[in-house]
Amino acid sequence: MSKELIRLRDLTMEFDGERILDGINLYINDHEFLTLLGPSGCGKTTTLRIIGGFLTPTSGTVTFDGQIINDVPPYKRQINTVFQRYALFPHLDVYDNIAFGLRVAKVPKDEVDSRVREMLEIVSLKGYENRRVDSLSGGQQQRVAIARALVNRPKVLLLDEPLGALDLRLRKDMQNELKRIQQAMGITFIYVTHDQEEALSMSDTVVVMDKGRIQQIGRPEDIYNEPKNAFVADFIGESNILDGVMLEDYRVRFFGRVFECVDKGFAPNEPVDVVIRPEDIDIVPKDQGHLVGTVTGVTFKGLNYDIIVEFKGFKWLIQTTDFHGIGTTIGIRLNPEDIHIMHKSEYSGMFGDYSSYSAEYDELTEDADGEEE
Amino acid sequence: MKKNKTGFLSIPYLIWMTAFTLIPLCVVAYYALTDPATGVFSLRNVRELSLYMPVLWRSIGYSLVSALLCLVLGYPVAYYIAHCGHTAQKFLYMLVMLPMCMSFLLRTLAWVGLLQDTGIINNILAAIGLPRLRMIRTPGAVVLGMVYNYLPYMILPLYATIVKIDGRLIEAAEDLGCNGVQVFARVVLPLSVPGILSGVTMVFVPAVSTFYISQKLGGTDTVLIGDVIERQFKQGSNPNLGAALSLLLMILVFVCTGIMNRFGGSSEEGSVMV
Repeated sequence: MSKELIRLRDLTMEFDGERILDGINLYINDHEFLTLLGPSGCGKTTTLRIIGGFLTPTSGTVTFDGQIINDVPPYKRQINTVFQRYALFPHLDVYDNIAFGLRVAKVPKDEVDSRVREMLEIVSLKGYENRRVDSLSGGQQQRVAIARALVNRPKVLLLDEPLGALDLRLRKDMQNELKRIQQAMGITFIYVTHDQEEALSMSDTVVVMDKGRIQQIGRPEDIYNEPKNAFVADFIGESNILDGVMLEDYRVRFFGRVFECVDKGFAPNEPVDVVIRPEDIDIVPKDQGHLVGTVTGVTFKGLNYDIIVEFKGFKWLIQTTDFHGIGTTIGIRLNPEDIHIMHKSEYSGMFGDYSSYSAEYDELTEDADGEEE
Repeated sequence: MKKNKTGFLSIPYLIWMTAFTLIPLCVVAYYALTDPATGVFSLRNVRELSLYMPVLWRSIGYSLVSALLCLVLGYPVAYYIAHCGHTAQKFLYMLVMLPMCMSFLLRTLAWVGLLQDTGIINNILAAIGLPRLRMIRTPGAVVLGMVYNYLPYMILPLYATIVKIDGRLIEAAEDLGCNGVQVFARVVLPLSVPGILSGVTMVFVPAVSTFYISQKLGGTDTVLIGDVIERQFKQGSNPNLGAALSLLLMILVFVCTGIMNRFGGSSEEGSVMV
């Protein structure tokens, strides 16, 4: 794509003997939109703060444009940050907030004015110049924070859960807006979020993190279609994860049946995790199915129904546009490309079983994540 | 709505204020505007006030200097405390409060012992062969007494303001290119303004009306308005004039507070507690 701008090498971070980051290796290209995605406490904000210069890593190096910048203070970095909950200056109005960085850099007055006005236009806040920042709505404050960072024309913009405090509609609008701004200004964005949908829809590259380690790096499609382990498969979208045995290339056995698949390169008879996405499963009359199960739960989701189907004591989540009532017996078919095989990992057996599934589950975890760090 | 239900809770306070502040104030105003001999309405006392203007200006001057010195001394201390760990903060806060637990009179008298011509400092100077200094009964001693006594009133509101400044604002300023000095000048100091105004007021107001400090540490040329007022009442010379002076002082304090609140802008936090 384009040239490498930032590289993190063997980054570790410890607070009071607790390891927050454990061997982070990552490079970020110029003009890239890269997202650090993971649950609370996975180390994504810590990584961002190290790049911003607010934390010094316990070991490892941060390289910017070929130079190690571990000890460069934030104000000397060509990096600006949009903070979680904005951190706007309450003693300054909108205009002065945005002009702050330029004035510190002693940019001539005329240029300050033209650049601030240009930014106000970009973030659609024309006419708000003299408003107090605490009189603005959350979305408006958000846009001031983005303008305040971008007006300095940084090489890299760091965004720490910037949309976390906004409601769903506004969040969607701002996602599009951010993507548009990023493309229009050609700036590298490093974005931190726990919202997988946000990560998939905005990013060029997604970095999935958990327990201070990178679990997978890839394009959104790859992360979704080819998750590396049970954690990624479960965190990105919904997944049914089953124990299986890879008999040989392209042949996997689970539920006592041998299926064709498209994966290869595993040891003969290697125990594996089998991932089946709920939307990939075809429902067929029971006499035509590879497997036959009973519907035990139905939730209407608007676009589709989430149904829980029990197969031999193991519950699967299946997404379907047709209604199947509780107690119905259905058959399912699995095409080779619907089956994704992963090596066993420390996460095996922890995810992908819908036996305790409840519709509220998603919302509960999201609320808990909202209060990150 | 809510006010109506809880309004009765303020009744004891209203009674208290009426009995011990509002009514006495009216009495003061009555005395100030009546002739001492005849007891009828008169502007004689008010006319006489002009005689005391030099004393008043001196009081204001000393108090302002003291308030500024307190600010210069107190700000770094408050800033330091606000950036200490939780336990250290509590401990240092207590240390600042500690002198206030001792009698104001005693603390001032202690300075007499230190500063007087045959006091501890001069004795030490003499012992090591240096000439004695004239410290007591100078304007400097009066200002010193004010600064010493009222410094905690400066530190505490400053601390309360600085400790509330959001650390992320400082990070944001660093992120936008500020070095340490610029962070302070552009973010920390402007956000401390409410505390500064509050502290200056809380030092200025008691300092401008004090009489004890100037009596003990000052001389005949450092008489303050508080001394004059005290003399009018205690030595029985003219309570009506004393009342007029008190009234003038009160108006002055209100004007000063008002001006300072204006400087603080319209922000609600800028309001000063007196």
